[in-house]
Amino acid sequence: MSRSGRIARPIWVSHWPGLLAVALLVVLVFGTLLAVALRADGGRGLGPADWAAIRFTLWQAAVSAGVSVVLAIPVARALARRDFPGRQALVTLLGAPFILPIIVAVLGLIAVFGRTGIVSAALGLVGVEPISVYGYHGVILAHVFFNLPLATRLILQGWLSIPAERFRLAASLGMGPRDIARTLERPVLREVIPGAFLVIFLICLTSFAVALALGGGPRATTVELAIYEAFKFDFDLGRAALLALIQFAMGIGAALIAFKIAMPGNMGTGLDRAVQRWDDSGGQRIMDVVAITLASLFLLLPLTMVVIDGLPGLLTLPQSVFQAAIRSLMVAFGSAFLTLALALPIAALVVQRGAWLAEGLGYLTIAASPLVVGTGLFLILFPFVKPSDLALPVTALVNAAMSLPFALRALVPALNSVERDYGALADGLGLHGLTRLRLLWLPRLRRPIGFALGLAAALSMGDLGVIAMFADPQGVTLPLQLYRLMGSYRMDDAAAAAVLLLGLSLLLFWIFDRGGRVNADD
Amino acid sequence: MLTIENARIEMGDFTLSADLQVPEGKRVAVLGPSGAGKSTLLAMIAGFQPLTSGVIRWKGGTMPDDPADRPISMVFQDNNLFPHLTVAQNVGLGVRPDLRLTPDDKRRVDAALERVGLTGKGDRKPAQLSGGQIARVALARVLLRHRPLLLLDEPFGALGPALRAEMLELVGELTAETGATLLMVSHNPEDARLLSDEVVLVEGGQVHAPVPTAQIFDDPPDALREYLGS
Repeated sequence: MSRSGRIARPIWVSHWPGLLAVALLVVLVFGTLLAVALRADGGRGLGPADWAAIRFTLWQAAVSAGVSVVLAIPVARALARRDFPGRQALVTLLGAPFILPIIVAVLGLIAVFGRTGIVSAALGLVGVEPISVYGYHGVILAHVFFNLPLATRLILQGWLSIPAERFRLAASLGMGPRDIARTLERPVLREVIPGAFLVIFLICLTSFAVALALGGGPRATTVELAIYEAFKFDFDLGRAALLALIQFAMGIGAALIAFKIAMPGNMGTGLDRAVQRWDDSGGQRIMDVVAITLASLFLLLPLTMVVIDGLPGLLTLPQSVFQAAIRSLMVAFGSAFLTLALALPIAALVVQRGAWLAEGLGYLTIAASPLVVGTGLFLILFPFVKPSDLALPVTALVNAAMSLPFALRALVPALNSVERDYGALADGLGLHGLTRLRLLWLPRLRRPIGFALGLAAALSMGDLGVIAMFADPQGVTLPLQLYRLMGSYRMDDAAAAAVLLLGLSLLLFWIFDRGGRVNADD
Repeated sequence: MLTIENARIEMGDFTLSADLQVPEGKRVAVLGPSGAGKSTLLAMIAGFQPLTSGVIRWKGGTMPDDPADRPISMVFQDNNLFPHLTVAQNVGLGVRPDLRLTPDDKRRVDAALERVGLTGKGDRKPAQLSGGQIARVALARVLLRHRPLLLLDEPFGALGPALRAEMLELVGELTAETGATLLMVSHNPEDARLLSDEVVLVEGGQVHAPVPTAQIFDDPPDALREYLGS
């Protein structure tokens, strides 16, 4: 009976929790923005350094997105047309950077591409100067590391959306690789690539941890990093607020453009099979092998280096690192359950009121930068409390808001099908309110809830953003502690802490996701 | 008396109009081609499908908005049991929807299971039951809900002929015991002959007034003749 993609029948569950959660988010984003706007110091206008930061932010996001997409095309093509042992593992691996703590990956990239890394060492053998990973190329390298897999998945999804029958038809018509590219592949790529580019552009626009760890200086400072520096080094709240307004304007601008272009969903399934084709040749085979090998090395080598460098020092880590790990775990659990507490009522509202709400909230939280929200919260809290006292709850809250779009993407379709299948039965029997939650939703939504909790916990565990503004040296989380170890060149401890952080993030995701799967009735 | 007064539903280019009365204790079969709106008629009586206009009354009073507050038990085509709950829990929902059952409530659940021939099956999950057993669990719950109006939306459609006749017989016994008024959607005119006192024909966006079963099969109106193909 649902003729428009949502349940036509009224569901006997109150709208209020969902409306409350939406209101909380809107206040979080726009309330902090208002606090920022009231405090923004426009008197001096934008200095040359600010303009440089704006230019660099846009430029690095565009270059990172462009490079990621261009490099992803051959990798996606190879995955689309080759079946080989380990293909499934590689496709899964392409989803992993999502829950990978940024600071861990940065450390791995330094170990591979840094001045004393293995690439520099190899270049040294043939007499070339060692390369440096710090500066704009480091920022772009790290962004490509994180977004090449995403771009590959999105493009692969497009590629595999071409029905297998078309390739059979092409073969029976005697089409060569060029003909197939022209008639079948390029039309799909033209549809997928703008969306993929924009998603990555948006992600890179609000990326903070990468710029913090690898950027800096007049030539590689993003607006987010400039906010942080105005805050932390100059304690110039007016300038931080002004920059925060600029960051928000850029995010909204990009989100509005994204609205115009069909955005791909990146939780796609069905990437598990390659398409059989009849236009194979030796040259193509070599290209595909090279693409897959290089992509795998690029993704695996940095993480392998972190583990190799870090494992030996794991047991001799200073006490402060373990204390930071415990704080991070608390934040991660808090953020995960807060995400669910927000996502479930909103999902219920979306299922009744239509999908535009979920999409709107998704864009809102993607466009809103954690640093801007953090700046606003700081300005609001500063007169009343010591912000460092609230560093952990604030971090958990901001992380939860940022995880929300992903949680909704898992929960909304699942809740939709639960209500479609069992909603009328539950209504007829009088399963209302909390009874419906306890007897129908929680048991039927175990898998997506487990997934959403795992995702939110892992994202929060590895987050290095708001916490950097709020924390004092005694109250740091594990990613921030890791960053500080790197800053004081204690690279052995840093590598060991990175292994700890990596292990805990993956473990959190695994435990929650697993918890949703075992003994689940289908 | 169930009274449907000038009820009308419009969904895009689909419309359904109904204006009829069903006396208490009658057993009515709802026949008609697929897509005509047989299920929509039941959904509208049960409160799942809001009316565009008109009103539905039971014993002269208007029906509450909340489906659970209506004097109705409904059995659907499928998804009648929650797969994550046991048989006893699924039946227990008919006593208390929050499943906080007293020992006395549990005895009533066991008795209902016994009545439909499922003694000792209370701890099973629906996945361990056959299609016929699942239908019996749904009927056990109907017994405990104890509502005066029973709506069956073709719940036995997937069963074989022998099993379906058996289930219809059980429904006949249960309604005779409880005095419930029955509205039963079916694809199969034979079901109507077996169980119903009256037949309601749904076709062309119109719910026709009930006609005694014997009379309608002796002298079928054109629409039914077309549907039956005789």
